[in-house]
Amino acid sequence: MADKSEMQVKALKNGTVIDHIPSDKLFKVVSILKLDKIDSEVTIGNNLTSRLMGRKGIIKIADRYFEEDEINRIALIAPKAKINTIRDYEVVEKKIIELPEEISGLVRCVNPKCITNNEPMEPCYRVVGRSPLTLKCCYCEHTMSQEEIKLL
Amino acid sequence: MSAKSLVSISDYSKEQILRILDLATGFEACPNQRILEGKVAATLFFEPSTRTRLSFETAVNRLGGKVIGFSDAATSSSTKGETLKDTIKMVSNYADIIIMRHYLEGAARYASQVTDIPIVNAGDGANQHPSQTLLDLYSIRKTQGRLEGLNIALVGDLKYGRTVHSLLMAMKHFPSTFYFVAPEELAMPAEYKQFCRDNGIKWHETSVFSQEIINQADIIYMTRVQKERFTDLVEYERVKNAFILRNNMLDNSRDNLKILHPLPRVNEIAQDVDDNPKAYYFQQARNGLYVRQAIISSLLDLV
Repeated sequence: MADKSEMQVKALKNGTVIDHIPSDKLFKVVSILKLDKIDSEVTIGNNLTSRLMGRKGIIKIADRYFEEDEINRIALIAPKAKINTIRDYEVVEKKIIELPEEISGLVRCVNPKCITNNEPMEPCYRVVGRSPLTLKCCYCEHTMSQEEIKLL
Repeated sequence: MSAKSLVSISDYSKEQILRILDLATGFEACPNQRILEGKVAATLFFEPSTRTRLSFETAVNRLGGKVIGFSDAATSSSTKGETLKDTIKMVSNYADIIIMRHYLEGAARYASQVTDIPIVNAGDGANQHPSQTLLDLYSIRKTQGRLEGLNIALVGDLKYGRTVHSLLMAMKHFPSTFYFVAPEELAMPAEYKQFCRDNGIKWHETSVFSQEIINQADIIYMTRVQKERFTDLVEYERVKNAFILRNNMLDNSRDNLKILHPLPRVNEIAQDVDDNPKAYYFQQARNGLYVRQAIISSLLDLV
């Protein structure tokens, strides 16, 4: 009989596991990746104990794989996330998230006079600094520090 | 959709900047040419700016083109809630080039993405005004014979002054020494000082508009110190007269010194400076005409 203190969610046969998501960002990750709109099986665990980050979230998505630029969209909120690709119960690939050079959507420009806050359009930013994270709006050319970055 | 546009001075390489200045020299020698015959330019001024609009419209008229447009958003359909995108798309059906001023920052960049005709940014909020920068460069080169190796004093509001920021960005191609002269509240922002460090631009900073700085300058670029920029009005009262240029301050200045100002001027250059041959701000504004002729004809591939 399995040890009940180790209760695991069902092992994934094929699909993707996203691990090490900050607990307070888990549902944001769900929405950025549009996991609330897919038909395949999604298992979500949150506030799990993590030696690395205290508490963490984890998402298992059956029969679904992600392109790199698709998954990298969560880099802003879950920079330490790890992506495991599972085929036939085996981890066949482990990836870490990478912040892309350019970010479309996701973030609201800090400048209220920016065109992106006044027209029905998708904002766009260039990553001009990685640590600390600094974004530059492709339109109004304002730069934003980590603290100023607010998700849409 | 990526027609050639001029949105930000940083879009232009050193070679492109010099090409515009060379073309402008040609237009100064011969400002009336019919090269825009049969072309229509739209001047869309979502925010009024009479000075800039007249300069652009004169540039088109003297080249034989026609002008359509509006000079105030109140007379355009944006008051009915039309998006910028729709306005630009509609006007693109009629005009060969759009010259636009907008109160929102990034508006010209967005416009350049939704149309396939060239966009000239004639100012987007506090962001960019590249034709002003090019006419500043033209004025410096014309009066000094070069753009490199000069002593340039930027005086007044260096915190909010869009023109001085853009000028600095363009001058990364032409190594000179800058003197930032501003009250502490309106000092050059840290990001532009960092830009200078990153690009090897030499600079000195002071809050005293001293005789020493005036006497060694080749160019003094004056800007307006506006009361509304101060959070502390006591501070404004203290500094408001400290950044005014008067004629007697020029007595020991260099012979080649020229005084520039983006205009409009209020009181930061005393009236008695106007008759000094070193005062150059009105000619500087006229140079804007030639530079804008160069920009328009270059974007339309007519030169």
